[in-house]
Amino acid sequence: MTEATGPERVRSAEQIELSVREASAGVAPRNDSGRWAAKVDRLDVVRRDGVRGTNVAGRRLTGPVQGFGKMWQKTYRLAAGAAVSPEEAITTWKAHFPEFWPAGNRFAGALTGISPGDVALLDLAIGGGVKLSTGVFVLYADEESFTLMTPQGHMFAGWITFSAEGGPDGTVVQAQVLMRANDPLYELGMTFGGHRKEDVFWTGTLTALGRYLGAADLTVTTRTVCVDSSRQWRKTSNIWHNSMVRSVLQTLAAPVTALRRRRG
Amino acid sequence: MDGPMVTMGVRHLGGQVAVVDIKGEVTAACEPVLMSAYEEAGGLGTSRLVLNFAGLEYMNSGGIGMIVTLLVRANRQRQQLAAYGLSDHYREIFELTRLDEAITIYDDEASALVGAAT
Repeated sequence: MTEATGPERVRSAEQIELSVREASAGVAPRNDSGRWAAKVDRLDVVRRDGVRGTNVAGRRLTGPVQGFGKMWQKTYRLAAGAAVSPEEAITTWKAHFPEFWPAGNRFAGALTGISPGDVALLDLAIGGGVKLSTGVFVLYADEESFTLMTPQGHMFAGWITFSAEGGPDGTVVQAQVLMRANDPLYELGMTFGGHRKEDVFWTGTLTALGRYLGAADLTVTTRTVCVDSSRQWRKTSNIWHNSMVRSVLQTLAAPVTALRRRRG
Repeated sequence: MDGPMVTMGVRHLGGQVAVVDIKGEVTAACEPVLMSAYEEAGGLGTSRLVLNFAGLEYMNSGGIGMIVTLLVRANRQRQQLAAYGLSDHYREIFELTRLDEAITIYDDEASALVGAAT
């Protein structure tokens, strides 16, 4: 099921009033220390087996403010059922995160799982036998959610939040992407099939997670909202870091690079 | 799901400046409250919106996402967004997520208002 919404979303005053709960209700405030990553200016990378590991070291993080294309919020949800709590769902998701990815894509994270400040290396299948090498940074993690942020050169600038919440029919798991394509080339790609590919990717991921958690219904609902339909033309130069272009060049240059290493 | 544990009061200070006093927890759940405050603050020809985070108790990544959404709406109306009252912890988070490149951060309200006048 897919729902698309335009840039403006307006709620009624009644909805707003109903959703407000005074901070003075007597509930102790939560503490987020240790849940956010410490500040980094540029990413450090630990070499990991099974991925090329390029296009990440030394890169800066990019949020939606730094991206080029239209800003999108895409939400994918699946009902995991009443047998699993939100905390259990997130613990499982963190522990087995790479296993739920569609075939052909590699996520090489820390052996300890997903913790704030970790950098994971990715090899993503982009067709023609070429792998797009990039990474993600664990920005935030708590018992019911975790968020990954992208580096320069990634397809999109933004973050993906994975979360779980309890509801009347049990736990619902969700992946929510807030992003802009990082540069004009990616924006073109997103417009001509990239968004559909991304939908397939996250739908596949949620389906695999739901199957693992024992969900009875593996239907994933998708909601796409264009938060900002304008493009940030001043960010055109982001194309310099484009990891897809660099990955293609790295693939083409691989035999020469290997020969040079052997000669030494 | 629980409702948001936050209140957001709006003060119009004249000179097309409005301050939003944020008290409590900023998470994705408080989007209606923030957008309501924005509607109230963004009227009357406001050209500069100042977010007062001195009462901020907790913020998760959903809260940061919501501030990005607010930023987009403000930019669309050609309004500037500024912030003050952030603890060192939350200032680091603004820097980590690079929100500080779009939202000017000041130490206190006086500085934010002087910034608004320049």
